[in-house]
Amino acid sequence: MALASLAPGANSTSAFDVERVREDFPILSKKVYGKPLIYFDNAASLQTPRQVIDAMTAAYEDCYANVHRGVHYLSQHATEAFEAGREKAARFINAPSPDQLVLTKGTTESINLVASSYGRTFLQEGDEVIVSVMEHHSNIVPWQMLRDEKGIVIKVAPIDDEANFLLEDFEALLSPRTKLVAVTHIANSLGTITPLDEIIRLAHGVGAVVLVDGAQAMAHLPIDVQALDVDFYAFSGHKMYGPTGIGGLYGKAELLEAMPPYQGGGEMIDLVTFEKTTYKEPPHRFEAGTPAIVEAIGLAAAVDWLSSLDQEEVAAHENGLTAYASERLSEIPGFKLHSRAKERTSIISFELDGTHPHDIGTIVDRAGVAIRTGHHCAQPVMERFGVSSTARASFAAYNTREEIDVFAEALLRVKEIFG
Amino acid sequence: MTAPQRIPEATMADAQAGATEIDAELRALYQEVILDHGRKPRNHGRPARVTREAHGNNPICGDRVTVYLDIGADGLVRDAAFEGRGCAISLASASMMTELLKGRSRASAERLFADFRALCTGAEGDGAAEAEDPEAIERLRVLAGVRDFPTRVKCATLAWHTMDAALAGHGTDEVTTE
Repeated sequence: MALASLAPGANSTSAFDVERVREDFPILSKKVYGKPLIYFDNAASLQTPRQVIDAMTAAYEDCYANVHRGVHYLSQHATEAFEAGREKAARFINAPSPDQLVLTKGTTESINLVASSYGRTFLQEGDEVIVSVMEHHSNIVPWQMLRDEKGIVIKVAPIDDEANFLLEDFEALLSPRTKLVAVTHIANSLGTITPLDEIIRLAHGVGAVVLVDGAQAMAHLPIDVQALDVDFYAFSGHKMYGPTGIGGLYGKAELLEAMPPYQGGGEMIDLVTFEKTTYKEPPHRFEAGTPAIVEAIGLAAAVDWLSSLDQEEVAAHENGLTAYASERLSEIPGFKLHSRAKERTSIISFELDGTHPHDIGTIVDRAGVAIRTGHHCAQPVMERFGVSSTARASFAAYNTREEIDVFAEALLRVKEIFG
Repeated sequence: MTAPQRIPEATMADAQAGATEIDAELRALYQEVILDHGRKPRNHGRPARVTREAHGNNPICGDRVTVYLDIGADGLVRDAAFEGRGCAISLASASMMTELLKGRSRASAERLFADFRALCTGAEGDGAAEAEDPEAIERLRVLAGVRDFPTRVKCATLAWHTMDAALAGHGTDEVTTE
């Protein structure tokens, strides 16, 4: 998967039929400002294939009702379809059992669930939590809230100037006081893939539990939570071609069983009296209230859609695009690439000769190209590179080299205007 | 209840503007005066004498600005300056603002801000004659191009919100555009 090992575009078009893939996405035939839409904001949210849209429409039209409680026909069907979403997503990450996958609103809620339930119960004053400097705010702020409440200590694992995760520095932070390591799988701002196997092995060596923010990884890397031996793995539906409002938290069975509920309400109880309430087993213990039923059905369709593609071909295609873009854009005078890690995925974070990213974003937008500009909800890593923001283009299965050519032309337009 | 809108082409494409029209809008946004202020901001840096200051923050892009004011005993702005990093629009706006503040009372600065905000959002009233300072507004009109770029209006007004907080005088206020 190492980008460096791929020649630009190697194998990217031979087997993979990108036009076939594009046909599944109605939005890709839209125009913006009269120009064909070129969507390079995939790390923020992937577009949705027709199969997911159709599955969700069908759910509303054919089998919609509340789940788990009704004895009637529709409720039973809705419950089966909802639970099938859990089963498919669990299989997709090779969880031993669907009972180990809590359905949440997304990665942010999954991390907050662990911080609130596991963190408040099992972490004490002085215990240390290690995060990396390139975490999304959603994997920083919940731990800071826990620090304010419990007096835990947060340590930050650094990266080098090329945005590589520094394993030795991480190892030096580990001690018997380390109780939890919360680290990203792929950094959303830079595309760096972290060395999870080693991180998890080292963390387990000191008895720490490991939570991985898998938001950026689900659509780009094969995920096997058992092979990783990870304790918690968090992800979002909309970053794997599924809908917003749904995501998951995988957890090891013994951890989930030991954790108290995260929110109280319907769905998560066994028996309620005013004297005492008992709770359901995981995962339902952590799913208070009516869940995102149709979104879970959409998630199942997204898993089906992703599984219908050859993951290796997709990865080769995306890596080919990334290598091509890195090469093509580097021809532009003043182009500075921040995404330079040895192991990285299809995210290109860059600057252009002192031109502010917002100005870049506005100008390329008028050429139909949607990119992200700003701090990417990762201000600490922006600070690490001494910038307040960058421009970011991120590629998905449906993007093409021709789109990158248009993007490169649009960046030349920026140079023209700013001189 | 209104039915969910089917988005479309018209909205997304903003009436399918042609290439030349888009170019004209971009040219209007990035006029030479703006680029010049963006490259060489005036009154940039903390002046020797500061009686009021405030920090502004645009959480969308992470940009920050600090506005410094020196208010005389007569309540008039003796000096205005700023520090910060931002896009061409926000730097040009901050730079031009500091040039236009000197000698103004708080009330006058606030009225100018209100006129400028109306200029940026395209909400200008029909009475240009009622403007606090028609000449100043004419100079600021180079920034009116942001009205075609709704996401950029905050870039143009960040320094002004910050100035407003500094004038309100709570020392080191923090304002955000959100």
